[in-house]
Amino acid sequence: MDIQVQKVGIVSCSGEEIPEGTLCRLACRKVLDERPGETVTICLPLFIAGGEEERTFATNYPTITVDGCDKRCAAKATEMLSGKPAKSLSIPEILKKHGLKAPTKLRHFGPEEEAAVKAVADEISQAVDEVLEGD
Amino acid sequence: MGKKQKKVVVLPCSGIGKVYGALARETTYELMERVRPDEVVTTCLPLLVIKDPEAVALVLENPVITIDGCPKDCAKKSVQALGKEPDKTYEAIKFYTSHKDLKPEGVAEVNDTGRKLAAVAAAEVAQEVDKLAAGEEQ
Repeated sequence: MDIQVQKVGIVSCSGEEIPEGTLCRLACRKVLDERPGETVTICLPLFIAGGEEERTFATNYPTITVDGCDKRCAAKATEMLSGKPAKSLSIPEILKKHGLKAPTKLRHFGPEEEAAVKAVADEISQAVDEVLEGD
Repeated sequence: MGKKQKKVVVLPCSGIGKVYGALARETTYELMERVRPDEVVTTCLPLLVIKDPEAVALVLENPVITIDGCPKDCAKKSVQALGKEPDKTYEAIKFYTSHKDLKPEGVAEVNDTGRKLAAVAAAEVAQEVDKLAAGEEQ
């Protein structure tokens, strides 16, 4: 019997040190706001700082990780501390695919960064669809 | 003879679910970019989660201030998980309770009022940065 997935967990790189981290947070937040019934999130450091409930996040939800750089903290931490992600996305790869430049500032994103936020959010949303459909 | 000051590492909350996480980050960026650009640095909290050697060394070798966005205290606990106590800890909500005329809004980023509150908070945290930087003179 197939069990239908109801919600998808999104784990965002928080990347406080790099502009791609801010891009990642904004894009993930956009998807969470646009698809509240289908997505949930967790603050990545809670895999260490939280309790059992936080550490079982990736076993409770199929998880999409979104990383801002090639250190891939979100994917690595989720797999190490919670469970293997269903999908792992990379901001540099998404920007390259869409022919977009990486943002250059850490805060106060505006119209210049809008296309990048939308492109990343669209890719996350597509990944949510694929996970919900069981791909 | 010149004295070399260490950097002060400010680590904000990583959260994207509550306004005070965004306020913690905005306060950190205000310190890094405007208030104490020569003294304050940050690193990505998730780098500590995966124990990235450079990020761990930065935290272990310099004074650390954490600014948390909720009672789960991820920033503080991430430092403690490395066997170090932060030199100073803040809860971002207290910046607001001390300045109730500046109510921040927003989740991933704060609104204009939140930016004003972050500027006030950064000025307060800067006093602690100065003490830590001075105490770490070599």
